[in-house]
Amino acid sequence: MKAAVVGATRGMGRALARLMAERGDALVLLGRDAAELEVSARDLLVRGARGVVATARLDLAEPAGFAAALDAADRALAAFDTLVVTAGDFAPQESLERDPARLGRLLDVNFTATAVLCQQAAERLAGRGGGTVCAFSSVAGDRARQSNYLYGASKAGLSAFLEGLHLAYADRGVRVVCVRPGFVKTAMTAGLPVPPFAGEPDAVARVVLRAIDHGTPVVYVPPIWRWVMLAIRLLPHAVMRRVRF
Amino acid sequence: MAELKSAELKSAGLSLEPVAGWGRHPVERGAVARPERLQLPPDGRPVLPRGLGRSYGDAAVPAAPGALILETARADRVVAFDRERGTLTCEAGLSLAEILRVFLPRGWFPPVTPGTKFVTVGGCVACDVHGKNHHRDGSFGHFVDRLVLQVADGSVVECGPARERELFLATIGGMGLTGLITEVTLRLQPVESAWMVVETEPVPGLGAMLDGLWDAGKDWPYTVGWIDCLARGAALGRGILMRGRHASQAEAPAGPPPEPRRLAVPFDAPEWLLSPVLMRGFNAAYYWKHAWWKHAWWKHAWWSHARRTPARRTRGAARPVPYHGFFYPLDAIGDWNRLYGRRGFLQYQCVVPRAAGAPAVAELLERVVEAGTASFLAVIKDCGPESDAYLSFPLEGTTLALDLPYRGARTEALVHELNATVIAAGGRVYLAKDAVTRPEDFALMVPRLAEWRKVRDRWDPEHRFRSAQSVRVLGDTP
Repeated sequence: MKAAVVGATRGMGRALARLMAERGDALVLLGRDAAELEVSARDLLVRGARGVVATARLDLAEPAGFAAALDAADRALAAFDTLVVTAGDFAPQESLERDPARLGRLLDVNFTATAVLCQQAAERLAGRGGGTVCAFSSVAGDRARQSNYLYGASKAGLSAFLEGLHLAYADRGVRVVCVRPGFVKTAMTAGLPVPPFAGEPDAVARVVLRAIDHGTPVVYVPPIWRWVMLAIRLLPHAVMRRVRF
Repeated sequence: MAELKSAELKSAGLSLEPVAGWGRHPVERGAVARPERLQLPPDGRPVLPRGLGRSYGDAAVPAAPGALILETARADRVVAFDRERGTLTCEAGLSLAEILRVFLPRGWFPPVTPGTKFVTVGGCVACDVHGKNHHRDGSFGHFVDRLVLQVADGSVVECGPARERELFLATIGGMGLTGLITEVTLRLQPVESAWMVVETEPVPGLGAMLDGLWDAGKDWPYTVGWIDCLARGAALGRGILMRGRHASQAEAPAGPPPEPRRLAVPFDAPEWLLSPVLMRGFNAAYYWKHAWWKHAWWKHAWWSHARRTPARRTRGAARPVPYHGFFYPLDAIGDWNRLYGRRGFLQYQCVVPRAAGAPAVAELLERVVEAGTASFLAVIKDCGPESDAYLSFPLEGTTLALDLPYRGARTEALVHELNATVIAAGGRVYLAKDAVTRPEDFALMVPRLAEWRKVRDRWDPEHRFRSAQSVRVLGDTP
């Protein structure tokens, strides 16, 4: 696999990149902090990456730079075949309610920018016979909850987009994987009360990697969340209004 | 003001949670941050770095309710590795388990390892851990070439044996009280395989154990003794002596050893389970889990056999065993600390100088044996010369480690009694395992404490780095 990964310096992206590097995949780490990318790339190399590990600049807040970043990835890997986007924005509901600018930023990064990037990559991959686009959405996008619907809405949009992308590009050889993590213990969720079924980044990364290999359109991690969300999606509105979880 | 308000907690992305050492006593609520990049909060707030929480006592417990704990285990990237010399530079949160997973297949082993691999490199430095090879190789700090610290005022300082030497020596064994260790450069040791050649031998009493350790130490890099704490009188100190070395390529079976099966303890053991008979039964059952242990135990557990034939040197398994069975037998049981019940336990570890010899060790063992329910098994080791680091634990002599189920004042009184013996012998206790020692006793044990305080005060005049332990033993403000 020749993968371009956005978000590989942290959390689930870091765990996933380690797995891929150790089994011999070639990687380009995309991100905005050059120093951080450099440390992570070196970490992968020393840990025994058997393919190429390179870095290139990409800022999700600047869609104008996406084409250049994808070009750089293509140059480093002689045409990448997989794009993985684990990066995203997160903020507690209250701070998003209070601060419209903050909310706008989160919606832009999680939905607009990610969709633009994935669309561009899918087009590029389709043009050369196919590949895989994998992006991290969230179970929060499956059903709106009063306690985090703003973040949830950004992910609901992304989930819908990825489902559409999967349908639209299937015939052109592009497989789309929508990862829907439940609670995973990463820096992003630090400080939040840990609910039941919380996952560890490494275990989650293993499941995600299998889904990428198989081109599974929708994957829940930890897998139990598929059934948890099935139950939650079936709750009537009246019940959703009363249970404040 | 150390405590964080709940709104502050939330906006800082922190939650208040109970924090304890591996012994599960004492417990204090702290605000735990688990960043991927190690950085002190810019506001100058008191803070305590914490690794994987395998120190037993209150070394990594918040100094006051709600105090800030900086857990380092997520900062676990490798920064550089010199393939020729085995010099590894990594972020402080990298664990020995991860080092073993990544570097052992390439022929590199940690130079020093404690009895669990679930410890961070930063923690190994802060506790200056030692292993079964202390008599030959010294402690962890001997293999550290360079440390990067973020000190109390927020600045980043590099130190090493030749650079900011005093800060370096105060940080090794300094229990995380001199600054936040962010990066460590250490030398790994080359090994030819992941297998160990191990010999075990039953010894009938303390004298034979001490002599055996001394003799074995001349030829073997790793030595350790297990003492049966239920034996009294003439049999005091009887147990099993183990000698080990890394197997050469020729001796090792083809391929890496099988991964250890991990059991977990699903709930806190009820206290009746700690009755000596049942506990002993558990110990035996545990040994049976491991093939080579089974072998050793089966041959030697019959103590009378050992007594009848003291002259015959019964050799243990000669065929190589996996490294994890030799170094980390307890890692095979996840959360084994729960076996001591809800009230937790203390691990008491002390070292007495060689000059004090067998009488001092015998006195310690007798006290523990008299206390009856205290400990079932003690680990005994020879230590080599002490290090230059001010607060480093080991000194040339004998170290003894015992588990003491925590039963309140009774257990604490026992520790104070043991401490009196240790002080009289010119020894000291290990801060990584301590939760009880009084400040006046500790001051008597560590002659270089004043020197250490001077260095610490220079780098951290307000004692920004503080723990429950530093409040208890060093008199820091909570």
